[in-house]
Amino acid sequence: MKKNYNFAIYSSDQTGILNRITAVFSRVNLNIDALSVCETEQVGVSRHSVQVHCEQQVAMRLSKQLERQIDVISAEFREERDLIQLEVALFKVATQSMLDQPTAEQIIRQHHASVLSMNNEFTVIQRTGQYQENQAFLEALTVIGVIEFVRSGPVSISRPLMQAASQTDAVIFKQHATCSPEEQAVAKF
Amino acid sequence: MKSASIIADPNIKQKPAASAETRTVTGAEAIILSLLAEGVEKIFGYPGGAIMPTYDVLYNYENQLEHILVRHEQGAVHAAQGYARASGEVGVCVATSGPGATNLITGIADAYLDSTPVVCITGQVFASLLGTDAFQEIDILDISIPVTKWNYKVTTAAEIPAAMAKAFYVAKSGRPGPVLIDITKNAQMDALDFVYQSCHNLTSYAPYPRPSQLALAQAASLINQAQKPMVLMGQGVILGEAETEFLSFLERSGMPVASTVLGLSALPTDHPQYVGMLGMHGNYAPNTLTNECDVLVAVGMRFDDRVTSNLAYYAKQAQVIHLEIDPSEINKNVHADVAVLGDVKQTLPELSKLLRPKTYPVWLQNFQKLHAVEDKKIIQADLNVEGDELGMAGVIEAINQNCDDAILVTDVGQHQMATCRYAKFKQSRSLITSGGLGTMGFCLPAAIGAKFARPDRPVIGVVGDGGVQMTMQELGVMMQHQLAVKLIILNNQFLGMVRQWQELYFEQRYASTPMSNPDFCMVAESYGIANQKIDSPKALNQAIKDMLSHPGAYVLEVMVKQQENVFPIITPGASVADMCLESPESDVEQMGG
Repeated sequence: MKKNYNFAIYSSDQTGILNRITAVFSRVNLNIDALSVCETEQVGVSRHSVQVHCEQQVAMRLSKQLERQIDVISAEFREERDLIQLEVALFKVATQSMLDQPTAEQIIRQHHASVLSMNNEFTVIQRTGQYQENQAFLEALTVIGVIEFVRSGPVSISRPLMQAASQTDAVIFKQHATCSPEEQAVAKF
Repeated sequence: MKSASIIADPNIKQKPAASAETRTVTGAEAIILSLLAEGVEKIFGYPGGAIMPTYDVLYNYENQLEHILVRHEQGAVHAAQGYARASGEVGVCVATSGPGATNLITGIADAYLDSTPVVCITGQVFASLLGTDAFQEIDILDISIPVTKWNYKVTTAAEIPAAMAKAFYVAKSGRPGPVLIDITKNAQMDALDFVYQSCHNLTSYAPYPRPSQLALAQAASLINQAQKPMVLMGQGVILGEAETEFLSFLERSGMPVASTVLGLSALPTDHPQYVGMLGMHGNYAPNTLTNECDVLVAVGMRFDDRVTSNLAYYAKQAQVIHLEIDPSEINKNVHADVAVLGDVKQTLPELSKLLRPKTYPVWLQNFQKLHAVEDKKIIQADLNVEGDELGMAGVIEAINQNCDDAILVTDVGQHQMATCRYAKFKQSRSLITSGGLGTMGFCLPAAIGAKFARPDRPVIGVVGDGGVQMTMQELGVMMQHQLAVKLIILNNQFLGMVRQWQELYFEQRYASTPMSNPDFCMVAESYGIANQKIDSPKALNQAIKDMLSHPGAYVLEVMVKQQENVFPIITPGASVADMCLESPESDVEQMGG
């Protein structure tokens, strides 16, 4: 079954490493749904967060192929349920349209959004939260009319004390490799 | 992303060289000095604008570093591959920017799929011109990402020694592969304080995974309990220089062993436990019995689809033990019940220690029985040289009878399968062929590279009339260097393997496979290369003797049957156990004819 998987890929911060990483996904015709790159707490190491929708088996194979890249230090993947994810979304609306819409303030308050910047021409509203929440806010804003909309894509951190999907796989693999031939035969079939 | 100089690369931990002394040189000289520091003696290449500073320095080092001028950059990288595979050393090739670099791509891809250690150095336009569509500017770094183990663009002279050191370390360590270093012209021209420190360690790179004792014990337990085990020998045995360890493992365990195409020659062909070649055109017994064995021990191989055919029917009854250096190969195509990660040179002796000496006389008889079927139906007919026409297998057998220490280098197609099926090998690194990529045009330049690596061994290229014309210009290298490569052109005036598929699977619609050819002997003659053309089985043996006894380069054109088929064959999509020993329609044809 296909699921959303979020890869946390740590690499040395070499020029071109991003292309090498994305090539591993595009090679199997996988579309990258979200991508972000940032510095890490360790100097010279970058973190690439990549979200794709695929089978777990494919994710496992890609994780190993990512780790095969010389400058990649590690490539773990997790399911959405094992992650705390947030994204930042910015919405630009015409200031006059907002003033003309009596429920505008209520919509913004209900969705826990806030006004970031405002002038005579346009207003920028920001909202931080889950993908679906930002999506709902976008739909709610249609009564005002959205001129421009941008979202950061998910920024993820693993839930504490939860095992990464890739680590779970490693555990299964190790158990499999250490069981008796009879158990292996059962496991295989 | 921010860019960091490789000098500041935290991954590179360098040991100070004992005799390291600093001297101020140009980047171009640093490239040459780095090659010398890595022990490189011969490089293959083609000059051009963006790499000219390096060639200019090369002129001063002609006595220490021999540069072989190829006739096309594809020839340079194939020659470097042939050099690497014959010698076990890193092959090196050099090209200029733009078309010089793009012409390398096919060979780099070939080296990537066949795990060949090659370092490719390309010139690049001045760093200040990058991204301006300058003359002969192309982004070779991005183009080569999917086909290189590692690549790097050098834009300042100071980066050169560390980049070169990392390139050689990455290319040859672990599972080997090609590396490309793209060096801008200003980096070649500017000065640096040169000190070379070879690279032995990168924090983000674990080339030799530590074997698990548990996995070894598990593997040994499976092998010790096996009734009908079978070993699959891959190129990992050769790449790991583990031929001796493999032989000990094999003889202690008593298991029958089959080889992949790239594993051929890791074990002498006449070894009593050797049961033949795997794969689409491999031998009947090992393919069929893959689906009867109870334990399958894969050593340094990657379950390529040409080996497994349809995975849904592949060895489902067997417990699979996979000895492999590259973790990404485990469970990629075939599920491993026990994965023994590590260098086979280390894991095989450890595994051998845990094995009980065994023999499988009854199980081996199954192989012999099936081999007898193949022998009667196919091999006898293939090797028959009684008729008026020559077959490809007969030519290979004539080589066997006249020479037992040759390095055979093949191209891709029917002649390649004939060579792999019929050649007899006595020592390792005796077959150089394009396995993974299947690159036509590989043979001639790879044979040239192999001969430069091993002038002490006869090097025989076996090529078809199609493939030879893809890189035929490299005869110029043989001419210029008086290089004693022996080239056998098996001429059937067809693109034979494609024609065979058209016959079997496309209703004999021979679209664009018949070929009008030049007179290959006249071509050889124009290069001043000794030559001979034969078209009769009677002339074969003497022609091979003439070729081998000739002191220099030689082209032997052999006119072979036009419409010969390579059998047996596993129909694409079929099970490995369903080998066809003949064309399903051959009876009908004979009746009709």
